[in-house]
Amino acid sequence: MSIYVDENTRVIVQGITGSAGAYHARSMRDYGTKVVGGVTPGRKGTFVDEIPVFDSVRQAVSETGANTSVIFVPAAYAKDAMLEAVDAGIELVCCITEGIPVLDMMAVKTVFDLAGARLIGPNCPGVISPGKCKVGIMPGHIHMPGDVGVVSRSGTLTYEAVAQLTALGIGQSTGIGIGGDPINGTSFIDVLMAFQEDPDTSAVVLIGEIGGGAEEQAAKFVKDNMDKPVIAFIAGRTAPPGRRMGHAGAIISGGKGTAEEKVAVLRDHGIEVAQTPADIGITLARRIGRA
Amino acid sequence: MNIHEYQAKGVFAQFGVWVPRGNVAHTAEEAVEIARRLKGSVYVVKAQIHAGGRGKAGGVKVCKSLDEVFEAATKILGFTLVTHQTGPKGQLVRRVLVEEGLAIAKELYLSLVLDRENERIVLMGSTEGGMEIEQVAKNTPEKIIKESIDPIVGLQPFQIRNVVAGLALFGATAKLAATFLKGLYQMFIEKDASLVEINPLVITADGQLVALDAKMNFDDNALYRQQDIVAMHDPDEEDPLEVEASKADLSYIKLDGDIGNLVNGAGLAMATMDIIQHFGGSPANFLDVGGSADRAKVKAAFEIILKDKPKAILVNIFGGIMYCDVIADGVVAAAREVDLNVPLVVRLQGTNVEEGRKILKESGLTIISAQTMEEAARKVVAASKAGV
Repeated sequence: MSIYVDENTRVIVQGITGSAGAYHARSMRDYGTKVVGGVTPGRKGTFVDEIPVFDSVRQAVSETGANTSVIFVPAAYAKDAMLEAVDAGIELVCCITEGIPVLDMMAVKTVFDLAGARLIGPNCPGVISPGKCKVGIMPGHIHMPGDVGVVSRSGTLTYEAVAQLTALGIGQSTGIGIGGDPINGTSFIDVLMAFQEDPDTSAVVLIGEIGGGAEEQAAKFVKDNMDKPVIAFIAGRTAPPGRRMGHAGAIISGGKGTAEEKVAVLRDHGIEVAQTPADIGITLARRIGRA
Repeated sequence: MNIHEYQAKGVFAQFGVWVPRGNVAHTAEEAVEIARRLKGSVYVVKAQIHAGGRGKAGGVKVCKSLDEVFEAATKILGFTLVTHQTGPKGQLVRRVLVEEGLAIAKELYLSLVLDRENERIVLMGSTEGGMEIEQVAKNTPEKIIKESIDPIVGLQPFQIRNVVAGLALFGATAKLAATFLKGLYQMFIEKDASLVEINPLVITADGQLVALDAKMNFDDNALYRQQDIVAMHDPDEEDPLEVEASKADLSYIKLDGDIGNLVNGAGLAMATMDIIQHFGGSPANFLDVGGSADRAKVKAAFEIILKDKPKAILVNIFGGIMYCDVIADGVVAAAREVDLNVPLVVRLQGTNVEEGRKILKESGLTIISAQTMEEAARKVVAASKAGV
């Protein structure tokens, strides 16, 4: 098993006729994902490779039976795209788009919560269950099927961690980037809960960064609710306060959200934290006795 | 994005949020002219820089005559203010706000801010105006009233009543406060603010409610739909290299160290800075070239990094979507074009990594190659110290 996506996931790509949408639609399909359609208003009847394009998500769902959507539309249209997906009954929406206004996300999150639908992202690489299904932009070939769950606020830093695991012969059950924005559809805790319940996940790597308090909440959750081993890494020990470090959510404000504080809280809750980003794989390997 | 106090007060006024009468001046003569038109007996001259803590640093003067206004403006304009927020180098004052002086009966605190934990905007008020709110929150949390606003229905009348009561306002002033709060919330939403802070909000001797200070930050992601706010951007308040990077669509932050670095992805860029420090070096910058770094972008990144005169440069790329050979081409071309004169350590990993490494090797450039992040960090730290 795995979480969120697997062999039964049927994906549509919103914004499939754009360059990123088309490229990643192909890349996901080549990985083995069931990419059943795409949506670009006004393009019904056309194809991207052999993938049929529809005018609306509702149409795509009724004709393909899609249950998952991945969004590549520009930031100014992303709110509309997410709301359209949830309205059409999509259960899992993965929003890759970055640069979405906070107020837009605040409204979107509320609507998703009311509908009971899951949003991953925005500003994220997506979700992958190696060997089964990839919904997002991560390079599939660095992954390897296995039993370690990976959850992160970052993109390339997650690839770094996954590549380290794979190089050590440790495969992954599911890898998820929850995104670098201040408001995420899916939180660390949502993912940790799912990993705890997933019989095929036996350990978890959590990659956090400065800003907000999500890592601290995750630490508490792990201690109170998980018996599977969890190790962590926090990026941004050298980040100056008050500056937005690339990700909209990566900012130390009012002295809160520093890496030191997060590392201390994680350790206090029994979670081992890798000293450097080069040690993420080996820290997990030692923790689960596979070093 | 940040704006100046005088600009924030201009936005306040558009939404019916009361501010003192006044205007911005670039010279002492202009300051006197503004004061003359205010026709009062007391004036306040305030330095306009983005950093807080201006009062303590001598950037705010109360004046009782036009001569005093001239003197204060002459002193403040062109002066470099050093506050707890500017860093030791301080910030040059290029303009002052000249306002009417008010007879103050009471000082309060008000703010609207995104609360990341419950993912809503929070309206915060306190009777402890003029103090640092972090200190109030720490020492006397019961003196802060908070109302969390549902994004779907917006600020509700009962929430306004709660805050007004918490601020101990009654009668006519309470009614004024309700109007004030409605305007403030509407402004926050319509302008895509990320922070609105009024400290202090004052009640004057004649019962008026006025925002004596005004701080406004905006959501950078929403600037595309806030062109009037973008027009208020003051590049003088930012590091020139950061302004240049922003034009090249690079995410760059200048730091104090001597190892320049160029990375793809914000998380990996932060982690790269961290590992440099872990092995005894000091990062000169944060630089994320983004997911679609082409040759032109890599070149622009090198140019900006080199202007900061680093002792060594580390390129750390995890090629996911990007192919390592394409990146290597870009690095080689850019390194040749910008006349690179410091040690360059390149670490490539990911898609087409072998082809990428081959391109670096055959380029004829003296590039120090590394396979892992640890090796790259150790090598660049050693290179940065070799020349000392």
